[in-house]
Amino acid sequence: MAWILTPAESEALLLSLRISLVAVFCAMPFAVASALLLARTEFFGKTLVDGLIHVPLVLPPVAIGFLLLTILGTRGGLGGWLFAHFGIRFVFSWTGAALASALITFPFQVRAIRLALEGVDKNLNQAAETLGAGWWDRLVNITLPLAFPGIVAGAITAFAASLGEFGAIITFVSNIPGQTRTLPLAIYTALQSPGGDVAAARLSAISILLALSFLTLAELAARRARAAA
Amino acid sequence: MSVDVWLAHAFDGFELDARFTVATDGVTALFGASGAGKTTIVNAIAGTFAPRQGRVAINGRTLFDSSTGINVPPRQRRAGYVFQDARLFPHMNVMDNLLFGWRRAPNRASPDEIAKVISLLGLGGLRERMPRHLSGGEKGRVALARALLSSPEILLLDEPLAALDAARRAEILPYLERLRDEARLPMLYVSHQLDEVARLAHGIVVLRDGKVVRQGSIFDVLTELELPTLAGAPPLGAVISVKVGEPRSDGLTALAFDGGTLLVQEMQRARGSQLRVRIRAEEIMLALEEPRTISANNVLPVRVGEIRHDRATDADVQLICGNTKMVARITRASLERLQLVPAMPVFAIIKSVTVDTQPSSGIMLLPRL
Repeated sequence: MAWILTPAESEALLLSLRISLVAVFCAMPFAVASALLLARTEFFGKTLVDGLIHVPLVLPPVAIGFLLLTILGTRGGLGGWLFAHFGIRFVFSWTGAALASALITFPFQVRAIRLALEGVDKNLNQAAETLGAGWWDRLVNITLPLAFPGIVAGAITAFAASLGEFGAIITFVSNIPGQTRTLPLAIYTALQSPGGDVAAARLSAISILLALSFLTLAELAARRARAAA
Repeated sequence: MSVDVWLAHAFDGFELDARFTVATDGVTALFGASGAGKTTIVNAIAGTFAPRQGRVAINGRTLFDSSTGINVPPRQRRAGYVFQDARLFPHMNVMDNLLFGWRRAPNRASPDEIAKVISLLGLGGLRERMPRHLSGGEKGRVALARALLSSPEILLLDEPLAALDAARRAEILPYLERLRDEARLPMLYVSHQLDEVARLAHGIVVLRDGKVVRQGSIFDVLTELELPTLAGAPPLGAVISVKVGEPRSDGLTALAFDGGTLLVQEMQRARGSQLRVRIRAEEIMLALEEPRTISANNVLPVRVGEIRHDRATDADVQLICGNTKMVARITRASLERLQLVPAMPVFAIIKSVTVDTQPSSGIMLLPRL
């Protein structure tokens, strides 16, 4: 890509992709578990849990970044402990950016997976049970395969949303080239420097192309899911 | 060796309290109108519903006992459940559906037995198909085979034909009959269709408003005059077990039963083979003297049993012929004209006999006028 993109541009692009990919895949098991909890069980305080999962949708990303900084900053309670005992540090690191992205896009995954799970015929589970399948067996062989299109749709939506994340990342892990400077942060940086309009325009064009290709991908996935249903 | 079921549970405005035994071999029908509690009972046997009180035991193995707190989970009950809506796994092809229970069974059927079940239910050409490309009848057959291959100790069939049209029903019934004759395991067949029950079952449990009101041999229960009141007006008739006799020179075939002989049109069945025939109540006429000049081939000397004449226009007359019972439905006017009373000897003129167990063609009507 070097012949089209400048080193800084490709760095920002690859970083964006890496952060979003890690964010989506690390959050996925938790999203599936949360969706199962919401779709398949009744418990006291379910509304509260449902609300908490959706908080990142309504809270300003900057506020989430600030919260993360407070909790996971090296001077924060949990962050300080993690750094002192395990040397794990989220601030100023791409893993912190992935964490922030995962949190912000979590509701997108949960919503899509929950919807898919609710669409899976519970009677099939009952049939599997009478045929000798236990809980985990049914989850792995019946429920999740049938909810797979929803899981994919949720992952694509979350991935696309994650690519655009700005506020939480810049607040939590700052704007470090090669470490936390994703595409949106690179655009912001270009706009801050004199004569950076052209660079910002190029980065925006990359973002648009990226967004379009993922939207196409999401549409194709949805079409396949419909065809299989 | 038996399958014992006792369940008691109070629903909103509905009290279930049923106790019955399922024969260890052959089909026992659980018969009753919609809402009588049939599916609830099957669910309790399969373990997907736990009644407040009850006990379910198969061959001495207790699956559920409210008094001792035993409640074996469905996956360990080894009850093959064939649902009304087939419930095939849509993301697996026919073969993977068939082997789903087999893979999880404690004692797996051998490859030979798998092949036998596949051919018994005519699924050889469907192995690679996805369920969405199957017809309703094919889905039903796959569901049946899938349950069989899980090596169940009892087969629970919850109205497996109810979702199908008449043609599909006729397609599946012969397979069910073969299954009944070849699979040596207790089968509980839930239905509200008396013709299916009469064709398949040996025993019958009649359920009404959550209670067992009759239970016994199909041959006895179906000729009970109270059955229409008990089970919401199914057509009355007799189911008779017969043995195919010698070929006759006149082209008819004699079917011997416990109480006499029936003549039907020539049929390609080996002498001595057991068949089941049905005679509907509307197909029997009664005469006080033996009619000698009449086209009907079947005129049997019988004695009048019970008479039921609480309806406005017609009456049901039970007929006793040796150890076999039949029912004739005649008009009130005829009843009064013939002055029928219990124990009176009369002649039954049978207009037609329905021969059920045919190798492949489904129900065959043989008019004998």
